[in-house]
Amino acid sequence: MFAMLTAPAFSLGLSLPATTAMALSAPSIAHLTGLDIAVIVVYFAMVMWIGYYLKSRANTSEEFFMAGREMTAWIAGLSFVSANLGSLELMGWAGSAYQYGILAAHWYWIGAIPAMLFLGIVMMPFYYVSKTHSVPGYLKLRYGQGSSTVAAISFAFMTILMSGVNMFSMALVMKVVLGWNITFSIVVSSLAVAAYVALGGLRSAIFNEVLQFVLIWGGALLVPILGMIDAGGWTGLKTRILHDFPGQDYLHMWRGLGHFHDNPMGVHWTGIIFGLGFAISFGYWTTDFLVVQRVLAANSLRSARMAPVIGSFFKMAVPFIVILPGLLALVVLHNPNGSLMHLVGENVVNAHPGMGLHSYNEVLPLMLVRYCGPGLLGLGITALIAGFMSGMAGNVSAFAAVWTYDIYQPMLRKNEPDEHYVAVGRWATVLGVVVSIGAAYLVMNAQGIMDYVQALFSFFIAPLLGAILMGMFWKRATKAGGFWGLLIGTVTSVGLWAWVHFDPAALRIVALSPDARDMAENMYRALWSLSITVIVTLVVSLFSKAKPESELNGLVYGATVLPKEEPVAFYKNELFWAAIAVVAFVILNVMFW
Amino acid sequence: MTGTREIPIWFFIGVLLSIYGVMILGYGLWELATGHVANVVLAGLHAPVWWGALMLALGLFYLLRFRPGR
Repeated sequence: MFAMLTAPAFSLGLSLPATTAMALSAPSIAHLTGLDIAVIVVYFAMVMWIGYYLKSRANTSEEFFMAGREMTAWIAGLSFVSANLGSLELMGWAGSAYQYGILAAHWYWIGAIPAMLFLGIVMMPFYYVSKTHSVPGYLKLRYGQGSSTVAAISFAFMTILMSGVNMFSMALVMKVVLGWNITFSIVVSSLAVAAYVALGGLRSAIFNEVLQFVLIWGGALLVPILGMIDAGGWTGLKTRILHDFPGQDYLHMWRGLGHFHDNPMGVHWTGIIFGLGFAISFGYWTTDFLVVQRVLAANSLRSARMAPVIGSFFKMAVPFIVILPGLLALVVLHNPNGSLMHLVGENVVNAHPGMGLHSYNEVLPLMLVRYCGPGLLGLGITALIAGFMSGMAGNVSAFAAVWTYDIYQPMLRKNEPDEHYVAVGRWATVLGVVVSIGAAYLVMNAQGIMDYVQALFSFFIAPLLGAILMGMFWKRATKAGGFWGLLIGTVTSVGLWAWVHFDPAALRIVALSPDARDMAENMYRALWSLSITVIVTLVVSLFSKAKPESELNGLVYGATVLPKEEPVAFYKNELFWAAIAVVAFVILNVMFW
Repeated sequence: MTGTREIPIWFFIGVLLSIYGVMILGYGLWELATGHVANVVLAGLHAPVWWGALMLALGLFYLLRFRPGR
């Protein structure tokens, strides 16, 4: 969802009206054979088999909501990354790479890796030792019910809304790419997700996410491999880009970030490092329960710390199947007459129906069709469907846990037997999917909502990070400080967004430059709201009564006695692998400087 | 938990990869045998053959390595 928060699929062009029009007017890009259909059917049969098989392993609330806290580091780590790797993210960022070049990889590297390592090495002990079942649950333990309720309700609302938006967008993509009926795509995929999550709970969602992760790689990896052969290797690709697009820098990540107008994204290095690399990225990867839930299901503290570290390596590799195809498309996609194909924004496609234009977001499907015949095409399409389903399963399983533990139990029915809450969780899963379908159709009929969904979600992330960081690392932070910090930080975020929305000239102040564009505004708005949250929490805490230190064990740095972990060989130690990840991260950034 | 040993996820992955490997490799071999090659770029590389074979090999490895009762 973090990717969705900033994904170019929406913020840079995939507007609903345009896409709807395109879906209705354009012929489909690909045509599936019987073999392709068989590949897709086998996938659906497999996910249902897993859900049905795990039905008997989801009898208690700990099993249903936390997968019994039995996941190994590898399973939790792959699931952690997979829940984020939605199909719209794949297609949106491939389109972004086509449009802006390798600059898009910032969202996979500085926009993810430091935060994932920080979660694993620094924050995980507190989440794990406190035995919380959710992020709002941690807020309840640290700050009390008020902060927890604010976070739980906003998370539940946004999760379902995002799930619906993703569902509808995915159905539109299937319509554009394959000519499938929108309702058919929505109903089949969402019912499958509802069935396997309601049957097997989080364990089933996690197992399927690991399966889907393997499938995404199996289906998408062939495109960059064949594309690189087609383009003449990395050297050939660079030569052809420089020849075909003189004067445009598609191949450097940092060189053009000295000023907002030096790069097509309209961003500045301070925004990338502090806004994306800290406020947004840490906000998403360390406090969004959608991803944190997967790590909380680990079978030990060491596994919980290792899982995000393992995930960071795979996250670093994702640009190979997302960004590289976007770059390759610049030079290998040709029109039927042999001329170089130029993809355009959705608004241009919409303005010229019937001209055979393709949008940036169709990069991956176009590349699939270029290289993949029967069977392999079905595998690629299955990878896109798997990406969608893993993201949706993440949404509904996180929603079910937050609804049951943080809203239903404390506010509606306390002290019920355990099986009651499991039943509530199952129904919440089904209800979550049904409401998501409703949200999908709501978006279809009131398309202006789409423009605001990304902003809505971003309102909560950075303030939540501020509140949690202050609570986790400052013993003096109080219940009142946390509550008011979270509230005023959120109001600040909403206020800044509204200010720029109604007075675009305010961008000069909010994003520090009149040349800043949408992405830069998001980064600086997150930074401002995070700062305000921290300041308010600090000031209010100093004027209110703090909890005694004895009540902070397991919740706050310096007041927590961490359990002793058995010593292991260095190659099994999370610190060793985190150090390797840091080195790889630095090397990648230097290589593509 | 029920007390019975759980089938690991890697086994399910092995099953899926094996099925896909057979389907895609089978199609690739049929292409080779009949000469009816799909109209895609770099069709001469016969990607279905080696990609299908790779999936089948990986699938069989996981299938055997993580089979229930092992």
